[in-house]
Amino acid sequence: ADVISTVEFNQTGDLLATGDKGGRVVIFQRETESEEVLETGDSGEYNVYSTFQSHEPDFDYLKSLEIEEKINKIKWLSQQNAAHFLLSTNDKTIKLWKVSERDKRPEGYNLKDEEGRLKDISTITSLQVPVLKPTDLMVEVRPRRVFSNGHTYHVNSISVNSDGETYLSADDLRINMWHLGITDRSFNIVDIKPANMEDLTEVITAAEFHPQHCHLFVYSSSKGTLRLCDMRSSALCDKHTKLFEEPEDPGSRSFFSEIISSVSDVKFSHNGRYLLTRDYLTAKVWDLNMDKGPVETYQVHEYLRSKLCSLYENDCIFDKFECVWNSSDSVIMTGAYNSFFQMFDRETGRGVTLEAWRESSKPRAVLRTRRVYTGGKRRRGDVGVDSLDFSKKILHMAWHPSENIIAIAATNNLYIFQDRVNPEAE
Amino acid sequence: MFPKGTKRKFLDSAEDAATATVAGEQGPASTRTPSPSYSLQRQSLLDMSLIKLQLCHMLVEPNLCRSVLIANTVRQIQEEMTQDGTWQIMTQALAAAQCPTDRLVATEVLCRQSDPAAAAAAGQSPKPYPLVGGLDRGYHSEEVVMEAGDAHKEALPTQSYLAGPFGMGPCWEEEQQQQEEEEEEDGGDEDGEESEGEDVDERPEVDSRPGEQVFGTFEIKQQPPPPPPPDPALEELFSDVDPSYYELDTVLTGMQSAPKMGPYDLLESLSSHGPQPLSPGASCRSDLNELDHIMEIIVGS
Repeated sequence: ADVISTVEFNQTGDLLATGDKGGRVVIFQRETESEEVLETGDSGEYNVYSTFQSHEPDFDYLKSLEIEEKINKIKWLSQQNAAHFLLSTNDKTIKLWKVSERDKRPEGYNLKDEEGRLKDISTITSLQVPVLKPTDLMVEVRPRRVFSNGHTYHVNSISVNSDGETYLSADDLRINMWHLGITDRSFNIVDIKPANMEDLTEVITAAEFHPQHCHLFVYSSSKGTLRLCDMRSSALCDKHTKLFEEPEDPGSRSFFSEIISSVSDVKFSHNGRYLLTRDYLTAKVWDLNMDKGPVETYQVHEYLRSKLCSLYENDCIFDKFECVWNSSDSVIMTGAYNSFFQMFDRETGRGVTLEAWRESSKPRAVLRTRRVYTGGKRRRGDVGVDSLDFSKKILHMAWHPSENIIAIAATNNLYIFQDRVNPEAE
Repeated sequence: MFPKGTKRKFLDSAEDAATATVAGEQGPASTRTPSPSYSLQRQSLLDMSLIKLQLCHMLVEPNLCRSVLIANTVRQIQEEMTQDGTWQIMTQALAAAQCPTDRLVATEVLCRQSDPAAAAAAGQSPKPYPLVGGLDRGYHSEEVVMEAGDAHKEALPTQSYLAGPFGMGPCWEEEQQQQEEEEEEDGGDEDGEESEGEDVDERPEVDSRPGEQVFGTFEIKQQPPPPPPPDPALEELFSDVDPSYYELDTVLTGMQSAPKMGPYDLLESLSSHGPQPLSPGASCRSDLNELDHIMEIIVGS
């Protein structure tokens, strides 16, 4: 199994897709009708539904550079018929995949026999009507569109528009808008590439369409700013409609201030009123109507602030953590090191640390909360800051759209946790 | 994950001190002389950042976001050093320097000194290391795609990445022009090379902000030869230089104490490769000089 690089539920939550560094996509499906589910009333488990190779390693002959096949992002389209569609992207190319089931086949042809060979007409004495008979379920995945040559730099985000027809793809310096049916053209809507590359000081780190307003999207930058753009105002959205920026605290300025302010992920809330961002040490909630600063700030691992120099040395400071909302926008979740991830309850402001690690959680066992020891009375089970394993990073995660089920990618393992106490979101 | 030891703690505690220093002293920076430990820590951060920019992965494009953040850090350090007066001393002394190879040696010599004043007294000054690494590489090679009509940039060979980390490559000409302009700006009266005049108007107007020097002033050679053809032997040479940061961590933490075997082994293996790939001529010999130079920095001799 390869390192998982992205995790995404579809709109109903019945399907869960993961992409990995080897360019493979694995889709899990939730059990709905097994006996166990019906008897115990437990929500179903996720089992492998389909696996396919989405992207292959490629080579850019012009620049003599390899193009990694690692899947950076997967986004599901809204389901419109029996088939499911998803977009998957590596650094350069976005692909639209159709996932469809076949569980019946026609039998009883008049002119062909069971193996498909033509029958001798003289042997046919009566007519029969072919019927559809059930067969073993077959899941077929086929590429329907390939959106290539749209990006010079590395694609970091894709986002399907609420109009169901278009989507955006963002790389370090540009954002393009595509129509799902058109592969040979895309429309550039943001371009922050300076005329002279030596003047470059800021890159785009993430982008997302508004969940309801098809003309609004947001993108984040390496300088910690968010820009909300309205596509109705002009064709090229280089000028933002709103700029969200937190004023810098002069007291805490260091050489690493800019690096740790770089936003690694941005997500609209389900109700479309808030933005959730993740920078290196914190997760912040912003109100779309207030651009002067975040309305809530959550310390994810403040104990790392004194270690920034070491983390710069070993490159951990450049790790890009994702963040997610729960279905009711009352809880936010993000990852950390040592296989830890954090959940913050927005109403109480309290956070809880959990661990995605096989040895400490058996199937169906209750997750116990963890703690990093930062002073004061040391409790049993506390982990010291110097004992944290920085190679075990929880970067990618997803939250079920309507229930309290979360999927956590821990290197090459996928953990799915369900809240049995409150399975439905409040 | 970290090599646990005194070095890391030193860096962290010095980082705390640095943070406190930066935070606490918002007054007239130009009159403030930084404490020696802060200068040392700042210098090591600068070294680390420059090495990070140079030792990039050669087969896959480096992460642009990371490169930009590191470059901004370097720029920030240089701005602060300028305000402290440290940078001025270095550039003024550089203007007086005549010989390019002196410059080469001086870079390494000065940057090892914790006291900038003593370094200035040594009469030489550094030009910072080639920053061209993955940063410029990525930009300029992409320029080939984006602006095919630009004659200047069409000169880029496709193998630019292989040469990148050690300052070689087609962007010499541009850097040299930047250097020329920057030296002229400093009022240095050295009789270095004339500006090529090529595409000078394409360069941005000379920016007096010291931060701009980050990209403008770096080069090791004064006379850029024609871009070297891709050389598989050179690839092999560079392949010995392991860009894994785990090793870098070990190397950097060894700076203060007796150097560990790693860098010396590297140096030896590089020089053992020496005779073979040097047939392409002077360009490769100077590349080996660059490698030696960088190895000396890492080793801290």
